[in-house]
Amino acid sequence: MRLLIAFALVLGLAGLAYLAGRARGNRMVTAAGGRIGVVHSRPVYHGAYVAVLALAPALIVLAGWGIVGEGLIEGQVLGSLSAAERPAPGNDSEALMNEVRGLVNGDLPQAFNPLAPRLAPVYAAARSNGDMLAGAMAVALLAMGGLWGWSRLRPDFRARNRVETQVRALLLIASIVAILTTFGIVLSLIFESIRFFQLVSPVEFLTGLAWSPQTAIRADQVGSTGAFGAVPLFWGTIFIGAIIAMAVAIPLGLMSAIYLTQYADPRLRKWLKPILELLAGVPTVVYGFFAALTIAPLVRSFAVSLGMTDASSDSALAAGLVMGVMIIPFVSSMADDALAAVPRAMRDGSLAMGATPSETVKKVMVPAALPGIMGGVLLAVSRAIGETMIVVMAAGLAANLTANPFSSVTTVTTQIVALLTGDQEFDSAKTLSAFALGLVLFVMTLILNIYALAVVKRYREAYE
Amino acid sequence: MATIAAPAAPIAERQPTDWATPAMRSRIAARYRAERNFRRLGAAALVIAASFLAFLLFTIVRDGWTGFQRTETRIDVQFDAATLGVDPAAVAGPQGQALLARADYQALLLKAAEQLGPADDTLSDAAWMELREALMEDPALLGKRASLWVPVRSSIDLLAKGKYDLAAPAESRGVTDREVSDWRWLDGKGRLRTGFNTTFLFGADSTEPELAGIGGAALGSLLTLIVTIAIAFPLGVFSAVWLEEFAPKGRLADIIELSINNLAAVPSIIFGLLGLAFFLNFAGMPRSAPLVGGITLALMIMPVIVIASRVAIKSVPPSIRDAALGIGASPIQVVFHHVLPLALPGIMTGTIIGIARALGETAPLLLIGMRAFVTDVPQGFTSPATVLPMQVFLWSDDVQRGFVEKTSAAIMVLMLVLIAMNSLAIYLRNRFERRW
Repeated sequence: MRLLIAFALVLGLAGLAYLAGRARGNRMVTAAGGRIGVVHSRPVYHGAYVAVLALAPALIVLAGWGIVGEGLIEGQVLGSLSAAERPAPGNDSEALMNEVRGLVNGDLPQAFNPLAPRLAPVYAAARSNGDMLAGAMAVALLAMGGLWGWSRLRPDFRARNRVETQVRALLLIASIVAILTTFGIVLSLIFESIRFFQLVSPVEFLTGLAWSPQTAIRADQVGSTGAFGAVPLFWGTIFIGAIIAMAVAIPLGLMSAIYLTQYADPRLRKWLKPILELLAGVPTVVYGFFAALTIAPLVRSFAVSLGMTDASSDSALAAGLVMGVMIIPFVSSMADDALAAVPRAMRDGSLAMGATPSETVKKVMVPAALPGIMGGVLLAVSRAIGETMIVVMAAGLAANLTANPFSSVTTVTTQIVALLTGDQEFDSAKTLSAFALGLVLFVMTLILNIYALAVVKRYREAYE
Repeated sequence: MATIAAPAAPIAERQPTDWATPAMRSRIAARYRAERNFRRLGAAALVIAASFLAFLLFTIVRDGWTGFQRTETRIDVQFDAATLGVDPAAVAGPQGQALLARADYQALLLKAAEQLGPADDTLSDAAWMELREALMEDPALLGKRASLWVPVRSSIDLLAKGKYDLAAPAESRGVTDREVSDWRWLDGKGRLRTGFNTTFLFGADSTEPELAGIGGAALGSLLTLIVTIAIAFPLGVFSAVWLEEFAPKGRLADIIELSINNLAAVPSIIFGLLGLAFFLNFAGMPRSAPLVGGITLALMIMPVIVIASRVAIKSVPPSIRDAALGIGASPIQVVFHHVLPLALPGIMTGTIIGIARALGETAPLLLIGMRAFVTDVPQGFTSPATVLPMQVFLWSDDVQRGFVEKTSAAIMVLMLVLIAMNSLAIYLRNRFERRW
């Protein structure tokens, strides 16, 4: 809130700087008698130039204070305590500081920690001092930058070129955010995974057959061995995402695409396509709820009617079926693209030879489009294995190595959620293992995507 | 030495196919049959997909529409100043409202519930709030008798809505005989009515199904999306402009393009891991806050916006750029005065689709703690909040029977908003997009 006000203030002052610069530009134009070409840039660019010079340093100061400020205040507040009273760094200090903040902000009527009421005035003073200092610095820099920029304005000053260079820099910075995000993902996954692999060997993680991440709290506890063999998870992920879901999505998606592109009336297609798109737009949490509440009991009673008395109520089949339906629109649109890329001459030639449309599709179109379709299927697989909510809600937590679709299996994403929600100590192998699983998932989807996109690209080029 | 090639041997005479023979006829019939079957197979695939969607929507609406209703019972309340523990003289004073707000309505309700006879245990835990509301609205009621409609417990509510199978044996139907007899008694006396459940639309989460609402989660979603849009829209559009209009061919542009394409395919839960490891544990930002959720979702949907914006910018014909450049505009002026305004409908369509994705997303928010149980409407960008899809997830996990209809009703609201957003995107695309 305080920062928001500060930002609004700085923006307002920068607006004034803009007006001042523009006014000076206007005066120069008037002085030149309004003749075009005497003043290099139009007044708005003079204004913008002054505003940018005023705004940039002030924003950097404010953003810096927003990032490091709280830490500095905390150090000062905790430093005001004598060494004996000072709580242990980590959770205790954190809890104390939260209470102090609550008291100062008025969110908390009373504190539990007896130290908190004493620290509250210290905190309030430190914060207002810091705020004043940062605010004064920002305003001073703003005034200096603005004045310097304002003083540089001349009729022959190339304000527009300067402003355009700045805008280009802004565009480049926005683009670089994508690289930073990728780096952030890779670094945070690798960093936490390395900490995990210091506790558990990578070989055990990648080849072990037992998964039971609950570490024992007491030494004599039964059943909490802390085994981190992730193979059952990989199997469960592939079983649900790449086998069951694809068994649903490939035939249905492919046949839908064939019907829509080859047979359907344009008017019918206008109605059918949005239905498929709607299927793609349903939030995954809704699919998960539907899978857990409606499909899973149906699957279970079906299994029981087949004579399987031990059928699980969170079967792999229920999650896989619903995930397959979710993927249908994706497979369908990829197949649609692939079929559309087959040269028309091939189709017409086949039809002209007397083949029926279905023979043309089966013997000419699909074989010709096969690489494209396969690429689409691989992309669909990479989506399915990264899908989280359906499996969190409908698949189980028991890590079983089984090919029985009516029993319960668990997946990588389910385990990541299970490991990272609820109570967590951040440095335990249990929590860190989620990042190692995330790294495996990231690498798996990345390889699938790069490979699939290469296949699709090569296929498109073949017919161009 | 050239020799004249001998005339080619005459082509072997081939009898024209006699299509009238039974063999050929049956062969054609078989081919046509295969054709029809294949066509039916295609139609069947679409019918299966559509009927799955219809089934999904049907079960959600069937279970959910009662979530917008609540059952209320009529009680006569004697607003007795002594029971309330307030002084009638002071209520008339300047502190009157504050006094009334703090009065002991629980005791008042307990007394009033006696008139329900055998069914005195059927009122909701929050029924006293209705008494407070009534009295604070009209302080003149103090000392008088009034007839009020107050909400009942979830089990009675569900009985009134017919959600239990009363023919089933007592142990498997999920409701006790006492509750059934209470409900029959109230119903028989004509003391029950069904009203619109405003608590559901505007209230926050609660442990009691009859008091739980999606208002808090909806506001949390709104705050989160504000952050998401404020970050993802400028970043996405600027990146697209740079890549399409200014990027020099080279390694940097290639790396950026590769990053964006990869980010578009990264599973959403990975962004949650990034948010947890970087924003929460490294940068020390607050858990469960719309700010962090919004930033995480912004990074997730930015590639969607970039890709859509690039397509839109690319579809603006080069002649527009050439014309503007030709009369002396600078490249930046060309982009911001001509290209972007013309590409805007496409950019908006992509942005709305991206935002709809962010609104329906749950997995990354789970990891940054937005599953907090929040009984209060969120106060700001840094206070704990939850979002609509997360509320669906949390309620679907709840064992209480009353939450099933709440979950479905919340899904109905979520789906309505999403369908509205997607329709808007389609409308914008059809209305404003120009074909050059």
